[in-house]
Amino acid sequence: MTTLTAAPRRAQIRWSKILLYALMSVFAAFYLLPVFLLLITAFKSFDQVSLSRMWDLPRGLDFESFDRAWNGGEGVIGMRGSFFNSVSLAIPATVISCALGSLNGYVISKWRFPGSETLFTLILFGMFIPYQSILVPLVTTLRTIGLYGTMPGLILVHVVYGIPITTLIFRNYYVGVPTELVEAGKIDGSDFFGIYRHIILPLSIPGFVVVAIWQFTSIWNEFLFGLIITNDPKLRPVTVALQNLSGSQFTQWNVQMAGALIVALPTLLVYIFLGKYFLRGLLAGSLKG
Amino acid sequence: MIAPSLLAIGVFVYGFIAWTGYLSLTNWNSLASDFSFVGLKNYATVFNQGRFQTNIRNLIVFTTLFLSACLAIGLVLAIMVDAVGRGEAFFRTVYIFPMALSFIVTGVVWQWIFVPGKFPTDPYGLNLLLKNIGLGALQAAWTTDTSIVPGWKVDWLKTRIGVPMAMIPVVVAAVWQMSGFVMAMYLAGLRGISEEIKEAARVDGATEWQVFRRIVLPLLQPITLSAVIILGHISLKIFDLVVTMTGGAPGNNTEIPGLYMYEITFKANKFADGAAVATVMLLVVALLVVPYLRYSRQTETEL
Repeated sequence: MTTLTAAPRRAQIRWSKILLYALMSVFAAFYLLPVFLLLITAFKSFDQVSLSRMWDLPRGLDFESFDRAWNGGEGVIGMRGSFFNSVSLAIPATVISCALGSLNGYVISKWRFPGSETLFTLILFGMFIPYQSILVPLVTTLRTIGLYGTMPGLILVHVVYGIPITTLIFRNYYVGVPTELVEAGKIDGSDFFGIYRHIILPLSIPGFVVVAIWQFTSIWNEFLFGLIITNDPKLRPVTVALQNLSGSQFTQWNVQMAGALIVALPTLLVYIFLGKYFLRGLLAGSLKG
Repeated sequence: MIAPSLLAIGVFVYGFIAWTGYLSLTNWNSLASDFSFVGLKNYATVFNQGRFQTNIRNLIVFTTLFLSACLAIGLVLAIMVDAVGRGEAFFRTVYIFPMALSFIVTGVVWQWIFVPGKFPTDPYGLNLLLKNIGLGALQAAWTTDTSIVPGWKVDWLKTRIGVPMAMIPVVVAAVWQMSGFVMAMYLAGLRGISEEIKEAARVDGATEWQVFRRIVLPLLQPITLSAVIILGHISLKIFDLVVTMTGGAPGNNTEIPGLYMYEITFKANKFADGAAVATVMLLVVALLVVPYLRYSRQTETEL
Protein backbone atom coordinates (compact mmCIF):
# COMPACT_ATOMS: atom_id res chain seq x y z
CA MET A 1 0.00 0.00 0.00
CA THR A 2 2.66 2.49 1.01
CA THR A 3 4.91 1.55 -1.88
CA LEU A 4 2.08 2.13 -4.32
CA THR A 5 1.47 5.73 -3.25
CA ALA A 6 5.10 6.57 -2.51
CA ALA A 7 6.35 6.13 -6.08
CA PRO A 8 4.23 8.79 -7.85
CA ARG A 9 4.68 11.10 -4.89
CA ARG A 10 8.45 10.84 -5.15
CA ALA A 11 8.25 11.60 -8.85
CA GLN A 12 6.13 14.62 -8.06
CA ILE A 13 8.70 15.85 -5.56
CA ARG A 14 11.48 15.38 -8.09
CA TRP A 15 9.59 17.40 -10.69
CA SER A 16 8.85 20.22 -8.29
CA LYS A 17 12.54 20.26 -7.35
CA ILE A 18 13.51 20.63 -11.00
CA LEU A 19 10.96 23.39 -11.44
CA LEU A 20 12.32 25.12 -8.33
CA TYR A 21 15.88 25.02 -9.60
CA ALA A 22 14.76 26.27 -13.01
CA LEU A 23 12.94 29.24 -11.50
CA MET A 24 15.80 30.07 -9.18
CA SER A 25 18.23 29.94 -12.07
CA VAL A 26 16.09 32.37 -14.06
CA PHE A 27 16.30 34.81 -11.16
CA ALA A 28 20.03 34.16 -10.80
CA ALA A 29 20.43 35.01 -14.49
CA PHE A 30 18.67 38.34 -13.88
CA TYR A 31 21.02 39.21 -11.01
CA LEU A 32 24.12 38.09 -12.89
CA LEU A 33 23.26 39.68 -16.26
CA PRO A 34 24.79 43.09 -15.41
CA VAL A 35 27.92 41.39 -14.05
CA PHE A 36 28.22 39.42 -17.26
CA LEU A 37 27.92 42.58 -19.36
CA LEU A 38 30.36 44.40 -17.08
CA LEU A 39 32.98 41.68 -17.48
CA ILE A 40 32.67 41.03 -21.21
CA THR A 41 32.72 44.75 -21.98
CA ALA A 42 35.54 45.76 -19.67
CA PHE A 43 37.83 43.12 -21.13
CA LYS A 44 37.18 44.03 -24.76
CA SER A 45 39.77 45.94 -26.76
CA PHE A 46 38.71 49.27 -28.27
CA ASP A 47 38.31 47.87 -31.80
CA GLN A 48 35.84 45.24 -30.54
CA VAL A 49 33.62 47.72 -28.78
CA SER A 50 30.37 48.06 -30.67
CA LEU A 51 26.91 48.67 -29.24
CA SER A 52 25.39 46.53 -31.99
CA ARG A 53 27.48 43.58 -30.80
CA MET A 54 27.17 44.32 -27.12
CA TRP A 55 26.61 40.75 -25.94
CA ASP A 56 29.42 39.16 -27.97
CA LEU A 57 32.18 37.62 -25.90
CA PRO A 58 35.55 39.38 -26.02
CA ARG A 59 38.27 37.81 -28.14
CA GLY A 60 40.75 37.20 -25.36
CA LEU A 61 41.43 39.28 -22.29
CA ASP A 62 42.33 42.85 -23.03
CA PHE A 63 43.26 45.40 -20.36
CA GLU A 64 43.14 48.53 -22.53
CA SER A 65 39.85 49.67 -20.96
CA PHE A 66 41.18 49.28 -17.44
CA ASP A 67 44.36 51.11 -18.36
CA ARG A 68 42.31 54.01 -19.74
CA ALA A 69 39.89 54.06 -16.79
CA TRP A 70 42.69 53.82 -14.24
CA ASN A 71 45.41 56.00 -15.76
CA GLY A 72 43.32 58.24 -18.02
CA GLY A 73 44.33 59.55 -21.45
CA GLU A 74 42.59 60.90 -24.58
CA GLY A 75 40.23 63.18 -22.68
CA VAL A 76 39.55 60.68 -19.89
CA ILE A 77 40.55 61.59 -16.35
CA GLY A 78 41.92 58.43 -14.76
CA MET A 79 40.36 57.12 -11.58
CA ARG A 80 43.56 56.18 -9.79
CA GLY A 81 43.70 59.39 -7.77
CA SER A 82 40.08 59.23 -6.69
CA PHE A 83 40.43 55.55 -5.85
CA PHE A 84 43.08 56.43 -3.29
CA ASN A 85 41.00 59.39 -2.11
CA SER A 86 38.25 56.93 -1.30
CA VAL A 87 40.72 54.68 0.50
CA SER A 88 42.03 57.54 2.62
CA LEU A 89 38.46 58.64 3.29
CA ALA A 90 36.85 55.30 4.07
CA ILE A 91 39.54 53.84 6.33
CA PRO A 92 39.91 56.64 8.92
CA ALA A 93 36.17 57.37 8.87
CA THR A 94 35.45 53.69 9.48
CA VAL A 95 37.91 53.46 12.38
CA ILE A 96 36.53 56.56 14.12
CA SER A 97 32.94 55.45 13.49
CA CYS A 98 33.66 52.09 15.12
CA ALA A 99 35.17 53.69 18.23
CA LEU A 100 32.29 56.14 18.66
CA GLY A 101 29.61 53.56 17.93
CA SER A 102 31.09 51.13 20.42
CA LEU A 103 31.21 53.70 23.22
CA ASN A 104 27.70 54.93 22.50
CA GLY A 105 26.31 51.41 22.31
CA TYR A 106 28.03 50.57 25.61
CA VAL A 107 26.52 53.57 27.38
CA ILE A 108 23.04 53.08 25.97
CA SER A 109 22.87 49.37 26.73
CA LYS A 110 24.76 49.17 30.03
CA TRP A 111 24.72 52.62 31.68
CA ARG A 112 21.13 53.56 31.14
CA PHE A 113 19.98 56.80 32.63
CA PRO A 114 16.60 58.57 32.67
CA GLY A 115 15.80 59.57 29.11
CA SER A 116 18.52 57.44 27.54
CA GLU A 117 16.00 55.50 25.48
CA THR A 118 14.49 58.72 24.17
CA LEU A 119 17.94 60.03 23.29
CA PHE A 120 18.66 56.77 21.51
CA THR A 121 15.49 57.16 19.44
CA LEU A 122 16.47 60.75 18.64
CA ILE A 123 19.89 59.55 17.49
CA LEU A 124 18.31 56.82 15.36
CA PHE A 125 16.17 59.32 13.47
CA GLY A 126 19.42 60.72 12.07
CA MET A 127 19.93 57.68 9.86
CA PHE A 128 16.65 58.17 8.04
CA ILE A 129 16.83 61.85 7.15
CA PRO A 130 17.26 62.86 3.52
CA TYR A 131 20.66 64.57 3.47
CA GLN A 132 19.22 67.25 1.20
CA SER A 133 17.63 68.67 4.33
CA ILE A 134 21.01 69.45 5.95
CA LEU A 135 23.23 70.15 2.93
CA VAL A 136 23.26 73.94 2.79
CA PRO A 137 23.86 74.43 6.55
CA LEU A 138 26.50 71.70 6.36
CA VAL A 139 28.40 73.43 3.55
CA THR A 140 28.11 76.80 5.32
CA THR A 141 29.38 75.36 8.60
CA LEU A 142 32.27 73.49 6.98
CA ARG A 143 33.27 76.71 5.19
CA THR A 144 33.20 78.61 8.49
CA ILE A 145 35.44 76.12 10.29
CA GLY A 146 37.72 75.81 7.27
CA LEU A 147 36.97 72.16 6.51
CA TYR A 148 34.99 72.61 3.28
CA GLY A 149 36.62 70.89 0.35
CA THR A 150 39.10 69.02 2.53
CA MET A 151 39.51 65.35 3.31
CA PRO A 152 39.20 65.88 7.10
CA GLY A 153 35.91 67.67 6.40
CA LEU A 154 34.59 64.74 4.39
CA ILE A 155 35.75 62.30 7.07
CA LEU A 156 34.01 64.35 9.75
CA VAL A 157 30.74 64.32 7.80
CA HIS A 158 30.81 60.57 7.31
CA VAL A 159 31.66 59.99 10.96
CA VAL A 160 28.86 62.23 12.24
CA TYR A 161 26.14 60.86 9.98
CA GLY A 162 27.41 57.34 10.70
CA ILE A 163 26.77 57.70 14.44
CA PRO A 164 23.14 56.50 14.34
CA ILE A 165 23.75 53.21 12.52
CA THR A 166 26.99 52.36 14.35
CA THR A 167 25.38 53.13 17.71
CA LEU A 168 22.39 50.97 16.79
CA ILE A 169 24.46 47.96 15.74
CA PHE A 170 26.71 48.10 18.81
CA ARG A 171 23.80 48.71 21.15
CA ASN A 172 21.95 45.67 19.80
CA TYR A 173 25.15 43.68 20.08
CA TYR A 174 25.85 44.70 23.69
CA VAL A 175 22.28 43.97 24.74
CA GLY A 176 23.27 40.35 24.24
CA VAL A 177 26.21 40.70 26.66
CA PRO A 178 24.97 39.66 30.13
CA THR A 179 24.50 42.68 32.38
CA GLU A 180 25.75 40.53 35.30
CA LEU A 181 29.24 40.82 33.85
CA VAL A 182 29.02 44.60 34.08
CA GLU A 183 27.54 44.41 37.59
CA ALA A 184 30.35 42.09 38.67
CA GLY A 185 32.84 44.59 37.30
CA LYS A 186 31.21 47.39 39.28
CA ILE A 187 31.41 45.32 42.48
CA ASP A 188 35.09 44.66 41.80
CA GLY A 189 35.54 48.40 41.83
CA SER A 190 36.09 48.89 38.07
CA ASP A 191 34.96 52.23 36.72
CA PHE A 192 33.25 53.08 33.43
CA PHE A 193 36.41 52.70 31.33
CA GLY A 194 37.74 49.77 33.31
CA ILE A 195 34.63 47.74 32.58
CA TYR A 196 34.72 48.81 28.95
CA ARG A 197 38.37 47.87 28.50
CA HIS A 198 38.42 44.61 30.45
CA ILE A 199 34.93 43.22 29.97
CA ILE A 200 33.15 44.78 26.98
CA LEU A 201 35.99 45.36 24.52
CA PRO A 202 37.30 41.79 24.51
CA LEU A 203 33.79 40.58 23.70
CA SER A 204 33.27 43.15 20.96
CA ILE A 205 35.36 41.78 18.10
CA PRO A 206 32.45 40.44 16.01
CA GLY A 207 30.58 43.69 16.61
CA PHE A 208 33.56 45.67 15.36
CA VAL A 209 33.82 43.49 12.27
CA VAL A 210 30.13 43.99 11.43
CA VAL A 211 30.25 47.75 11.95
CA ALA A 212 33.57 48.17 10.14
CA ILE A 213 32.28 46.31 7.09
CA TRP A 214 29.03 48.23 7.14
CA GLN A 215 30.69 51.64 7.43
CA PHE A 216 33.42 50.89 4.92
CA THR A 217 30.85 49.74 2.35
CA SER A 218 28.50 52.68 2.94
CA ILE A 219 31.26 55.28 2.83
CA TRP A 220 32.92 53.76 -0.21
CA ASN A 221 29.59 53.70 -2.07
CA GLU A 222 28.38 57.14 -0.95
CA PHE A 223 27.86 59.80 -3.59
CA LEU A 224 25.99 62.92 -2.43
CA PHE A 225 28.45 64.12 0.24
CA GLY A 226 31.37 63.38 -2.05
CA LEU A 227 29.72 65.43 -4.78
CA ILE A 228 28.87 68.44 -2.61
CA ILE A 229 31.80 68.67 -0.22
CA THR A 230 34.66 68.19 -2.68
CA ASN A 231 34.84 71.18 -4.99
CA ASP A 232 38.41 70.23 -5.92
CA PRO A 233 38.50 67.46 -8.55
CA LYS A 234 41.74 66.23 -6.97
CA LEU A 235 39.83 65.30 -3.79
CA ARG A 236 36.75 63.63 -5.15
CA PRO A 237 35.92 60.08 -4.13
CA VAL A 238 35.67 57.26 -6.61
CA THR A 239 31.87 57.29 -7.00
CA VAL A 240 31.93 60.93 -8.10
CA ALA A 241 34.78 60.17 -10.49
CA LEU A 242 32.79 57.28 -12.00
CA GLN A 243 29.74 59.47 -12.44
CA ASN A 244 31.88 62.05 -14.25
CA LEU A 245 33.37 59.32 -16.40
CA SER A 246 29.94 58.03 -17.38
CA GLY A 247 28.43 61.47 -17.77
CA SER A 248 31.01 62.42 -20.37
CA GLN A 249 29.82 61.89 -23.94
CA PHE A 250 33.35 61.35 -25.14
CA THR A 251 34.17 58.40 -22.93
CA GLN A 252 33.93 55.01 -24.58
CA TRP A 253 31.47 52.84 -22.70
CA ASN A 254 33.98 50.03 -22.29
CA VAL A 255 36.07 52.49 -20.25
CA GLN A 256 32.97 53.29 -18.17
CA MET A 257 32.42 49.59 -17.56
CA ALA A 258 36.03 49.11 -16.52
CA GLY A 259 35.63 52.11 -14.22
CA ALA A 260 32.47 50.61 -12.71
CA LEU A 261 34.35 47.37 -12.06
CA ILE A 262 37.16 49.27 -10.34
CA VAL A 263 34.67 51.03 -8.06
CA ALA A 264 32.78 47.81 -7.34
CA LEU A 265 35.78 45.61 -6.63
CA PRO A 266 36.70 46.56 -3.01
CA THR A 267 33.18 46.24 -1.60
CA LEU A 268 32.50 43.17 -3.72
CA LEU A 269 35.61 41.48 -2.29
CA VAL A 270 34.49 42.39 1.23
CA TYR A 271 31.09 40.84 0.45
CA ILE A 272 32.56 37.67 -1.01
CA PHE A 273 35.00 37.05 1.83
CA LEU A 274 33.05 38.43 4.79
CA GLY A 275 29.50 37.96 3.55
CA LYS A 276 28.21 36.64 6.87
CA TYR A 277 29.18 39.83 8.69
CA PHE A 278 27.98 42.02 5.83
CA LEU A 279 24.57 40.41 6.06
CA ARG A 280 24.43 40.92 9.80
CA GLY A 281 25.06 44.64 9.36
CA LEU A 282 22.43 44.73 6.65
CA LEU A 283 19.81 43.15 8.86
CA ALA A 284 20.78 45.33 11.83
CA GLY A 285 19.56 48.23 9.72
CA SER A 286 16.07 46.85 10.13
CA LEU A 287 16.22 47.96 13.79
CA LYS A 288 15.29 44.71 15.52
CA GLY A 289 18.37 42.87 14.13
CA MET B 1 31.03 59.66 27.20
CA ILE B 2 28.12 59.78 24.85
CA ALA B 3 28.09 63.57 25.05
CA PRO B 4 30.26 64.29 21.97
CA SER B 5 28.00 62.12 19.81
CA LEU B 6 24.87 63.70 21.23
CA LEU B 7 26.28 67.15 20.58
CA ALA B 8 27.24 66.20 17.02
CA ILE B 9 23.79 64.75 16.27
CA GLY B 10 22.14 67.72 17.97
CA VAL B 11 23.97 70.16 15.73
CA PHE B 12 24.41 68.23 12.47
CA VAL B 13 20.94 66.66 12.40
CA TYR B 14 18.49 68.73 14.45
CA GLY B 15 20.27 72.09 14.28
CA PHE B 16 20.82 71.86 10.54
CA ILE B 17 17.25 70.71 9.92
CA ALA B 18 15.98 73.74 11.84
CA TRP B 19 18.40 75.93 9.86
CA THR B 20 17.11 74.53 6.56
CA GLY B 21 13.56 75.01 7.78
CA TYR B 22 14.41 78.63 8.52
CA LEU B 23 16.03 79.11 5.09
CA SER B 24 12.88 77.81 3.45
CA LEU B 25 10.99 80.77 4.94
CA THR B 26 13.43 83.42 3.66
CA ASN B 27 13.87 85.19 0.36
CA TRP B 28 17.35 83.76 -0.41
CA ASN B 29 16.80 82.86 -4.06
CA SER B 30 19.96 84.24 -5.63
CA LEU B 31 23.70 84.19 -4.95
CA ALA B 32 23.43 87.24 -2.69
CA SER B 33 22.05 86.05 0.62
CA ASP B 34 18.74 87.62 1.63
CA PHE B 35 17.25 86.44 4.89
CA SER B 36 14.09 88.55 4.88
CA PHE B 37 11.10 86.54 6.05
CA VAL B 38 8.58 85.58 3.35
CA GLY B 39 6.48 82.98 5.16
CA LEU B 40 5.43 79.98 3.08
CA LYS B 41 5.94 81.77 -0.25
CA ASN B 42 8.68 79.38 -1.42
CA TYR B 43 6.47 76.37 -0.70
CA ALA B 44 3.70 77.96 -2.76
CA THR B 45 6.21 78.63 -5.54
CA VAL B 46 7.49 75.07 -5.82
CA PHE B 47 4.10 73.39 -5.40
CA ASN B 48 2.73 75.57 -8.19
CA GLN B 49 5.48 74.53 -10.57
CA GLY B 50 4.62 71.88 -13.10
CA ARG B 51 8.15 70.61 -12.64
CA PHE B 52 7.80 69.90 -8.92
CA GLN B 53 4.35 68.39 -9.46
CA THR B 54 5.96 66.11 -12.03
CA ASN B 55 8.66 65.27 -9.48
CA ILE B 56 6.04 64.21 -6.97
CA ARG B 57 4.17 62.13 -9.52
CA ASN B 58 7.44 60.43 -10.47
CA LEU B 59 8.27 59.76 -6.84
CA ILE B 60 4.86 58.21 -6.18
CA VAL B 61 5.19 56.00 -9.26
CA PHE B 62 8.76 55.01 -8.42
CA THR B 63 8.01 54.24 -4.77
CA THR B 64 4.88 52.21 -5.54
CA LEU B 65 6.52 50.07 -8.24
CA PHE B 66 9.82 49.71 -6.40
CA LEU B 67 8.23 48.69 -3.11
CA SER B 68 5.73 46.23 -4.51
CA ALA B 69 8.29 44.58 -6.80
CA CYS B 70 10.88 44.30 -4.03
CA LEU B 71 8.42 42.82 -1.54
CA ALA B 72 6.98 40.33 -4.03
CA ILE B 73 10.33 39.22 -5.45
CA GLY B 74 11.96 39.21 -2.01
CA LEU B 75 9.26 36.95 -0.60
CA VAL B 76 9.32 34.56 -3.55
CA LEU B 77 13.10 34.33 -3.43
CA ALA B 78 13.10 33.76 0.33
CA ILE B 79 10.58 30.93 0.05
CA MET B 80 12.59 29.33 -2.73
CA VAL B 81 15.93 29.69 -0.96
CA ASP B 82 14.37 28.33 2.21
CA ALA B 83 13.09 25.27 0.36
CA VAL B 84 15.94 24.52 -2.00
CA GLY B 85 18.46 22.67 0.19
CA ARG B 86 21.51 21.96 -1.98
CA GLY B 87 22.88 25.11 -3.62
CA GLU B 88 21.28 27.42 -1.09
CA ALA B 89 24.48 29.34 -0.34
CA PHE B 90 25.14 29.97 -4.03
CA PHE B 91 21.69 31.33 -4.80
CA ARG B 92 21.59 33.42 -1.63
CA THR B 93 24.96 34.95 -2.46
CA VAL B 94 23.90 35.74 -6.02
CA TYR B 95 20.62 37.35 -4.96
CA ILE B 96 22.18 39.59 -2.33
CA PHE B 97 25.48 40.72 -3.87
CA PRO B 98 24.08 43.87 -5.59
CA MET B 99 23.58 45.29 -2.07
CA ALA B 100 27.35 45.58 -1.78
CA LEU B 101 27.55 47.89 -4.79
CA SER B 102 27.15 51.62 -5.10
CA PHE B 103 24.02 52.94 -6.80
CA ILE B 104 26.46 54.69 -9.15
CA VAL B 105 27.91 51.36 -10.32
CA THR B 106 24.39 49.96 -10.70
CA GLY B 107 23.33 53.03 -12.64
CA VAL B 108 26.29 52.91 -15.03
CA VAL B 109 25.74 49.26 -15.93
CA TRP B 110 21.94 49.35 -16.25
CA GLN B 111 22.14 52.57 -18.24
CA TRP B 112 23.95 50.61 -20.96
CA ILE B 113 21.59 47.64 -20.73
CA PHE B 114 18.68 49.99 -21.38
CA VAL B 115 20.29 51.87 -24.28
CA PRO B 116 17.59 51.27 -26.89
CA GLY B 117 19.62 51.72 -30.06
CA LYS B 118 17.86 52.12 -33.40
CA PHE B 119 15.41 49.31 -32.83
CA PRO B 120 14.08 47.19 -34.43
CA THR B 121 16.72 47.38 -37.19
CA ASP B 122 19.86 48.06 -35.13
CA PRO B 123 18.99 47.47 -31.48
CA TYR B 124 21.45 47.78 -28.58
CA GLY B 125 21.45 46.41 -25.05
CA LEU B 126 18.34 44.67 -23.80
CA ASN B 127 16.59 45.27 -27.12
CA LEU B 128 19.36 43.39 -28.88
CA LEU B 129 19.13 40.58 -26.32
CA LEU B 130 15.35 40.37 -26.82
CA LYS B 131 15.79 40.22 -30.59
CA ASN B 132 18.38 37.45 -30.25
CA ILE B 133 16.08 35.26 -28.16
CA GLY B 134 13.10 35.84 -30.43
CA LEU B 135 11.24 38.31 -28.22
CA GLY B 136 11.79 41.29 -30.53
CA ALA B 137 8.16 42.31 -30.00
CA LEU B 138 9.05 43.41 -26.48
CA GLN B 139 11.61 45.99 -27.61
CA ALA B 140 10.99 49.46 -26.24
CA ALA B 141 12.54 52.91 -26.03
CA TRP B 142 13.23 52.39 -22.30
CA THR B 143 15.06 55.39 -20.80
CA THR B 144 14.29 57.52 -23.86
CA ASP B 145 10.54 56.79 -23.83
CA THR B 146 8.68 60.08 -23.38
CA SER B 147 5.19 58.64 -22.94
CA ILE B 148 3.10 58.81 -19.79
CA VAL B 149 0.61 55.96 -19.43
CA PRO B 150 -2.29 56.73 -19.34
CA GLY B 151 -1.35 60.42 -19.04
CA TRP B 152 -4.62 61.89 -17.79
CA LYS B 153 -4.97 65.65 -17.61
CA VAL B 154 -6.80 67.40 -14.80
CA ASP B 155 -7.46 71.12 -14.44
CA TRP B 156 -5.79 71.63 -11.08
CA LEU B 157 -2.51 69.91 -11.99
CA LYS B 158 0.24 71.12 -14.29
CA THR B 159 1.43 67.59 -14.85
CA ARG B 160 -0.17 64.53 -16.40
CA ILE B 161 -1.23 61.63 -14.22
CA GLY B 162 0.20 58.22 -15.08
CA VAL B 163 3.35 56.15 -15.23
CA PRO B 164 6.25 57.82 -17.05
CA MET B 165 7.57 54.89 -19.06
CA ALA B 166 11.18 56.07 -18.76
CA MET B 167 10.89 55.36 -15.04
CA ILE B 168 10.55 51.60 -15.64
CA PRO B 169 14.29 51.01 -16.26
CA VAL B 170 15.16 52.96 -13.11
CA VAL B 171 12.74 50.80 -11.13
CA VAL B 172 14.26 47.64 -12.61
CA ALA B 173 17.76 48.72 -11.59
CA ALA B 174 16.62 49.68 -8.08
CA VAL B 175 14.79 46.37 -7.66
CA TRP B 176 17.87 44.54 -8.91
CA GLN B 177 19.89 46.23 -6.20
CA MET B 178 17.51 46.02 -3.23
CA SER B 179 15.30 42.93 -3.62
CA GLY B 180 18.01 40.63 -2.25
CA PHE B 181 17.92 42.62 0.95
CA VAL B 182 14.21 41.96 1.31
CA MET B 183 14.90 38.32 0.59
CA ALA B 184 17.46 38.24 3.42
CA MET B 185 14.93 39.75 5.81
CA TYR B 186 12.16 37.34 4.86
CA LEU B 187 14.54 34.40 4.96
CA ALA B 188 15.55 35.25 8.52
CA GLY B 189 11.84 35.46 9.33
CA LEU B 190 11.00 32.11 7.71
CA ARG B 191 13.84 30.44 9.58
CA GLY B 192 12.43 31.81 12.82
CA ILE B 193 9.05 30.11 12.41
CA SER B 194 9.04 26.85 14.34
CA GLU B 195 8.37 23.63 12.46
CA GLU B 196 6.06 22.57 15.29
CA ILE B 197 3.39 25.16 14.57
CA LYS B 198 3.34 24.23 10.90
CA GLU B 199 3.36 20.52 11.69
CA ALA B 200 0.46 20.93 14.11
CA ALA B 201 -1.58 22.60 11.36
CA ARG B 202 -0.71 19.81 8.94
CA VAL B 203 -1.84 17.20 11.43
CA ASP B 204 -5.14 19.10 11.65
CA GLY B 205 -5.49 18.57 7.91
CA ALA B 206 -4.31 21.92 6.57
CA THR B 207 -2.91 21.94 3.03
CA GLU B 208 0.52 23.45 2.35
CA TRP B 209 -1.16 26.51 0.86
CA GLN B 210 -3.31 26.95 3.96
CA VAL B 211 -0.25 26.61 6.20
CA PHE B 212 1.44 29.33 4.20
CA ARG B 213 -1.60 31.58 3.97
CA ARG B 214 -2.83 31.25 7.58
CA ILE B 215 0.38 30.70 9.56
CA VAL B 216 3.53 31.74 7.70
CA LEU B 217 2.29 34.97 6.09
CA PRO B 218 0.80 36.46 9.27
CA LEU B 219 4.02 35.68 11.16
CA LEU B 220 6.01 37.50 8.48
CA GLN B 221 3.97 40.67 8.82
CA PRO B 222 6.38 42.52 11.17
CA ILE B 223 9.14 41.89 8.60
CA THR B 224 6.99 43.31 5.83
CA LEU B 225 6.50 46.41 7.95
CA SER B 226 10.26 46.80 8.55
CA ALA B 227 10.95 46.27 4.85
CA VAL B 228 8.36 48.89 3.86
CA ILE B 229 9.98 51.42 6.21
CA ILE B 230 13.56 50.72 5.10
CA LEU B 231 12.79 50.56 1.38
CA GLY B 232 10.31 53.40 1.68
CA HIS B 233 12.80 55.85 3.12
CA ILE B 234 15.44 54.83 0.59
CA SER B 235 12.92 55.29 -2.18
CA LEU B 236 11.76 58.73 -1.01
CA LYS B 237 15.40 59.89 -0.88
CA ILE B 238 16.50 58.27 -4.15
CA PHE B 239 19.11 60.40 -5.90
CA ASP B 240 22.32 58.65 -7.01
CA LEU B 241 20.65 56.05 -9.21
CA VAL B 242 18.54 58.60 -11.08
CA VAL B 243 21.51 60.93 -11.56
CA THR B 244 23.54 58.16 -13.17
CA MET B 245 20.84 56.41 -15.18
CA THR B 246 18.83 59.26 -16.64
CA GLY B 247 19.79 62.55 -14.98
CA GLY B 248 16.03 63.18 -14.78
CA ALA B 249 15.51 62.93 -18.54
CA PRO B 250 13.68 62.67 -20.90
CA GLY B 251 12.16 66.05 -20.14
CA ASN B 252 11.63 65.77 -16.41
CA ASN B 253 10.03 62.36 -16.74
CA THR B 254 12.31 60.66 -14.25
CA GLU B 255 13.29 63.62 -12.11
CA ILE B 256 12.54 63.22 -8.39
CA PRO B 257 12.61 65.78 -5.52
CA GLY B 258 16.09 64.71 -4.34
CA LEU B 259 17.55 65.61 -7.72
CA TYR B 260 15.40 68.72 -8.14
CA MET B 261 16.60 70.07 -4.78
CA TYR B 262 20.21 69.55 -5.89
CA GLU B 263 19.62 71.23 -9.24
CA ILE B 264 17.86 74.34 -7.97
CA THR B 265 20.11 74.79 -4.95
CA PHE B 266 23.56 74.13 -6.32
CA LYS B 267 23.08 74.95 -10.01
CA ALA B 268 20.43 77.72 -9.97
CA ASN B 269 21.30 79.19 -6.53
CA LYS B 270 17.66 79.19 -5.46
CA PHE B 271 18.59 78.37 -1.90
CA ALA B 272 15.22 79.12 -0.30
CA ASP B 273 13.24 77.15 -2.90
CA GLY B 274 15.71 74.30 -2.48
CA ALA B 275 15.29 74.45 1.29
CA ALA B 276 11.51 74.24 0.84
CA VAL B 277 11.87 71.13 -1.33
CA ALA B 278 14.30 69.61 1.21
CA THR B 279 11.91 70.32 4.07
CA VAL B 280 9.05 68.68 2.19
CA MET B 281 11.26 65.62 1.63
CA LEU B 282 12.12 65.50 5.32
CA LEU B 283 8.49 65.78 6.39
CA VAL B 284 7.45 62.96 4.11
CA VAL B 285 10.24 60.71 5.41
CA ALA B 286 9.39 61.67 9.01
CA LEU B 287 5.75 60.79 8.41
CA LEU B 288 6.89 57.30 7.48
CA VAL B 289 9.66 56.79 10.02
CA VAL B 290 8.64 58.52 13.25
CA PRO B 291 5.57 56.35 13.97
CA TYR B 292 7.70 53.30 13.24
CA LEU B 293 10.51 54.41 15.55
CA ARG B 294 8.05 55.06 18.35
CA TYR B 295 6.32 51.77 17.75
CA SER B 296 9.52 49.72 17.70
CA ARG B 297 10.82 51.44 20.87
CA GLN B 298 7.57 50.71 22.69
CA THR B 299 7.21 47.10 21.64
CA GLU B 300 10.78 46.15 22.40
CA THR B 301 10.61 44.05 25.51
CA GLU B 302 13.22 43.37 28.16
CA LEU B 303 15.82 45.72 26.70
